[in-house]
Amino acid sequence: MKTLKIEELSKNFGTTEVLRKINLEIDEGNFLVLLGPSGCGKSTLLNIIAGLETINEGNVFIDDYNVSKVEPKDRNIAMVFQSYALYPSMNVKENMIFGLKQAKTSKEKIEEQLQKVSTFLQVDKLLERKPSQLSGGQRQRVAIGRALVREPRIFLFDEPLSNLDAKLRVEMRREIKKLHQQLKTTVVYVTHDQTEAMSLGTKIAIMNHGVIQQNDTPEIIYNKPSNTFVADFIGSPSMNLIKGKIIHNSNNISFIADGSTLEVPINNYDFKEKSDLNNKEIYFGIRPEHIYFKKLNEDDFDINLRADLSEYIGHEQIVTLDYSNQEILAKFPSTIKIELEKEMKLYFDLKHTSLFDFNTKERL
Amino acid sequence: MQDNLQSSSYKELEQKSKYTNMFLRWFLYFVLILFASYFIFPLYVMVVTSLKTMEEIRQGTLLTWPSSLNFDSWLVAWGGRGYGAGDTFLRPYFWNSIKMVVPAVFFSTFIGAMTGYVLTKWRFKGDQWVFLFLLFGCFIPFQAILLPMARTLGTLGISNSVVGLVLVHTVYGIPFTTLFFRNYYISVPTELVKAARIDGAGFFKIFFKILLPISAPIIVVTVIWQFTQIWNDFLFGSTFSFGEAAPIQVALNNMVLSSTSVKEYNVDMASAIIAGIPTLIVYVLAGKYFIRGLTSGAVKG
Repeated sequence: MKTLKIEELSKNFGTTEVLRKINLEIDEGNFLVLLGPSGCGKSTLLNIIAGLETINEGNVFIDDYNVSKVEPKDRNIAMVFQSYALYPSMNVKENMIFGLKQAKTSKEKIEEQLQKVSTFLQVDKLLERKPSQLSGGQRQRVAIGRALVREPRIFLFDEPLSNLDAKLRVEMRREIKKLHQQLKTTVVYVTHDQTEAMSLGTKIAIMNHGVIQQNDTPEIIYNKPSNTFVADFIGSPSMNLIKGKIIHNSNNISFIADGSTLEVPINNYDFKEKSDLNNKEIYFGIRPEHIYFKKLNEDDFDINLRADLSEYIGHEQIVTLDYSNQEILAKFPSTIKIELEKEMKLYFDLKHTSLFDFNTKERL
Repeated sequence: MQDNLQSSSYKELEQKSKYTNMFLRWFLYFVLILFASYFIFPLYVMVVTSLKTMEEIRQGTLLTWPSSLNFDSWLVAWGGRGYGAGDTFLRPYFWNSIKMVVPAVFFSTFIGAMTGYVLTKWRFKGDQWVFLFLLFGCFIPFQAILLPMARTLGTLGISNSVVGLVLVHTVYGIPFTTLFFRNYYISVPTELVKAARIDGAGFFKIFFKILLPISAPIIVVTVIWQFTQIWNDFLFGSTFSFGEAAPIQVALNNMVLSSTSVKEYNVDMASAIIAGIPTLIVYVLAGKYFIRGLTSGAVKG
């Protein structure tokens, strides 16, 4: 049984297609993050799961039950919003029990739930306050509390941390993670922040233009992005995509960047399809953190590159390198002294490369 | 040396700007007092004249202070002289106006709030058109609808009645009240409505429990606006009612214009003030919310 299943879901606003044939499944207790740039349809998808938005095609199942036409309140879900959406005229207590009261829950049960959740979230001292008298973090906690008291099957979070300042955001992120570890409730979480997505999700679905680009664990998304969009979107700075082509002769497969003669061996790359590789135009993808200053592994590939620019950001520095007129970035510890305008010997970690077809942008 | 020179010239500049500021301040007060007196002057004349006897009015000038506080003309304006025919006075018409203004303000405000709520939080296909047509109502010259409205009231059997005036004022108030509420609710985050829907609240519950409690500022604005409009209305009042059913502004006009004997300026002035007092009271009681409500956005959760 899947806690949540989305089948061939399409949605358009007038002539604008927002979601196209979305398929998605979540197992009990998973934390799914919908990640993507603004306008990719992730919030719409969440609203559809909540029942706040109608569907043009396809179905939504919760616990194998088709809820496509079921009212939001009957879907056994709870949602936390970016603006918290606490009812301004009600105090914290009234805010938290509003849903239970609507559902005609017994007084004892309401009291019990309120006690449990407010102590759990440490808002039990704030019950009489109005939302306007709370700090951002407290509001967020109350908003989560309002969702918790209903004991939903699925938690929906719509960019809940975007309104908080940087420090508080990191704290609340940790708290949400803790919350999920303790409660083990299924979560669908929308964000445009990759750090949030990586640190919270057990699964990440990356979306762009209404299509899911890749849906996998954070590790696979980071190490094996399925296309150039994902490769570019995840990681900061993002993955270097060096344009060039493959040379495939007898037993040797190598990559040559445009304008270069240097052959980078890619024999050990895990190709999906090994035929018809010769002369294929590709992007050679390598993350800045996988270009080393010192040889770390036996098969690291050494290469001479010129450093053009170094950006110091505290614990590390980001160095702009010139690879036969293509700009690439590398991340080094800030203790290393870089001489600009000079060639230096660097090492590519070939175990961590990704190759993409230049035309289809898909992973090879 | 260089430093000394600079610091002395700074001192000079400082002195200069001090004088300029002082002059500007006094000039500002002068202008403000000038305008204030310009506005207060007519009111002064009205109050003073209403307290004078006719004798004093004929002999003195517009500005002379009354010899004693004499409220006789106020009593006459409000309650009449006590003889039968031709004695017009404001009391019954004042109550007519109250009976018209209270329900008309209530209904137009309430309906405006509802419409504003629907147009912002329950968007439907073509809602912009509905809003556009409603806005049309704000710009329609009311003279243009007098005849059709008279026919309508006649057909409904409520012409020349307070009920008829309530209907007319409610209908023509809705475009304005809707505009007010729509502009207010559009800045209320729609997420509030979404949260309430997930919590299981329906259309009316969301309106009454969530939106209405945070609408106080805009309700005050709307009530002041509608009250002033309806209370001061003369056109609809004089067109759709006469005699017993007339609102106070019509009665005031009749009183001042149709008196056959000598013009009693003191009574006229007293009547005019009585007719204006309710709007003044509304402003005094709720005025400070007026500007706040007009300018404030919504209360963010």
